[in-house]
Amino acid sequence: MHTAAGSQARLPIRSDMDLVWVRQHVRQSAAQLGFGLVDQTKLVTAASELARNTLVYGGGGTMETEPLTEGATHGLRLTFSDEGPGIPDLEQALSDGFTSGEGLGMGLGGARRLVHEFSIDSSPGAGTTVRVTSWVGRPPRPREEA
Amino acid sequence: MPEQAESTAGSPAFEIRDFLRRRREQIAQRWADEPLFRAVFTVSRDEAVEAGKAVVDALAQVADAARVEDPDAAGFTTVREQLARMGTARSRAGLSAAQVSSELAALRPPVENLLLADLPDAPAEHTRACVTTLSVLMGTLRVVVMQTALSEGQALIDRQRLQLLEVATPVIKLWDGIVAVPLIGTLDSARSQVVMETLLESIVEQQARYAILDITGVPTVDSLVAQHLMKTVAAARLMGAECIVSGIRPAIAQTMVHLGLDLGTVVTRASLADALGYVLHQLGVGIVTPGANGTNGAVAR
Amino acid sequence: MSQAFPGPHGAPVAGHVPVLRLGEVLLVTLQGDLHDSTAQQLQDDLAETIVHSGATGVIIDISGVEIVDSFLGRVLAEIAGQTDLLAARTVVVGMRPAVAITLVELGLTLPGVHTALSTEVAMELLTGQAPSSRFGGLRQERL
Repeated sequence: MHTAAGSQARLPIRSDMDLVWVRQHVRQSAAQLGFGLVDQTKLVTAASELARNTLVYGGGGTMETEPLTEGATHGLRLTFSDEGPGIPDLEQALSDGFTSGEGLGMGLGGARRLVHEFSIDSSPGAGTTVRVTSWVGRPPRPREEA
Repeated sequence: MPEQAESTAGSPAFEIRDFLRRRREQIAQRWADEPLFRAVFTVSRDEAVEAGKAVVDALAQVADAARVEDPDAAGFTTVREQLARMGTARSRAGLSAAQVSSELAALRPPVENLLLADLPDAPAEHTRACVTTLSVLMGTLRVVVMQTALSEGQALIDRQRLQLLEVATPVIKLWDGIVAVPLIGTLDSARSQVVMETLLESIVEQQARYAILDITGVPTVDSLVAQHLMKTVAAARLMGAECIVSGIRPAIAQTMVHLGLDLGTVVTRASLADALGYVLHQLGVGIVTPGANGTNGAVAR
Repeated sequence: MSQAFPGPHGAPVAGHVPVLRLGEVLLVTLQGDLHDSTAQQLQDDLAETIVHSGATGVIIDISGVEIVDSFLGRVLAEIAGQTDLLAARTVVVGMRPAVAITLVELGLTLPGVHTALSTEVAMELLTGQAPSSRFGGLRQERL
């Protein structure tokens, strides 16, 4: 269930308890790759939001972690996949305040602001895959809208 | 001289190689009197001569490999560090790149004179070819020095940028429970992140209920800077501290109005002094004017 | 709880968070990584305790919490709103800088929640006492 940060890993997201494992695994991997405390916290929080989405809206799924290297920079990529009902309106799902379940509706939009790269692939009936990447030592992206 | 007869048949590069080896001592002696060597090797003339010999050896090796036009030639490897030191020393002394370059150019004439003196009976064409080769080789030496000086400069800039990021964010304890950060210069994303983290850490360390962000030294406030300020204020509030923004100059206030920027509920004051006054008032601290009624202390403690 | 199995940083334990009573004030200390269900449980427990005890204030110390996501953020906001309705005040204490930066980036600024740097300051806020030791000296000399 727990693998070294240097290698790829795949964790199930089936219950409340799994969310805790996901957070701890992402924290460990990020720390080993050299992420600073603030960036670790942002990435773990983003993982928590996305894992909860996978659990609550996707009916469970998996998270895959993949360490990356680009030149001298290390990064961590997280991929959350489920085979749930999918998201009919991505635009709306990414806007703040939108929610169809619990939480403050910050899940997707909030997680996007905490990472450097964000992509989502979803269609009704085909499940949802969210992929986020953050890099060590890179300044945060400015918010698109003021 | 027997070896001269031997090498006249060789290519100009080999001719130059033999010449450099033969005249090593004399070349180094003449270079030691040139401004470049004199200014860099100030301890003793012998030191300058030794350094000059090392450069002559390197040039001979490059000529031997027939790579007089190649700044990456293996022959330069041994003296690259020394050349870089010389280049940096001169630019640190305040010389421009052009001035360093002309000091390097001044190394050529003494060598050329020695070369011409060595070839009195050679055919004109051969002499010309040898002089050209020497010129090319000395030109390549110049390129090597300028190259290393430039990369040295880039490394210096990178180092200073990092240092600046840290140094430019001093946190000052103004009073028990009050910290201030005077911001100077442009606030980009990386810098804002450092400022935010430094300020929030100092709030915890000092148990400061109030933090003052003074932006007197920030040249422009655009929507990005305003956003960073608001984020910092909001984060401080979540931790249990109040953050005041001071030093909003009239010109900046005007730009902010033009851009439609609103700092929302953030407490702002015109100057750092005004902000301190506001915070002291909040803490219930009074300021007593000295001499007004015979009290001796300026500030109540 | 039966499903506690060992983890790398000590097993995350699902269950109750103890609520301490100090006079009129209830003190809750959150630590480590919280289960969603634990946070939810705390919200229910607190509402009940306030009603039974007649407490006028709640202090939630989160200095030992490494992560506050939108779920825990919502729980904190709801506890504050709920205690408000019960005529009590909630103060969240000791949020770490990294957590604060992340919450702001998430867009969660918890506007209805009172905050303080330490439990001492929070006690002063809730019991309405003038700040005693720290600034007392300053006040005296003003006279």
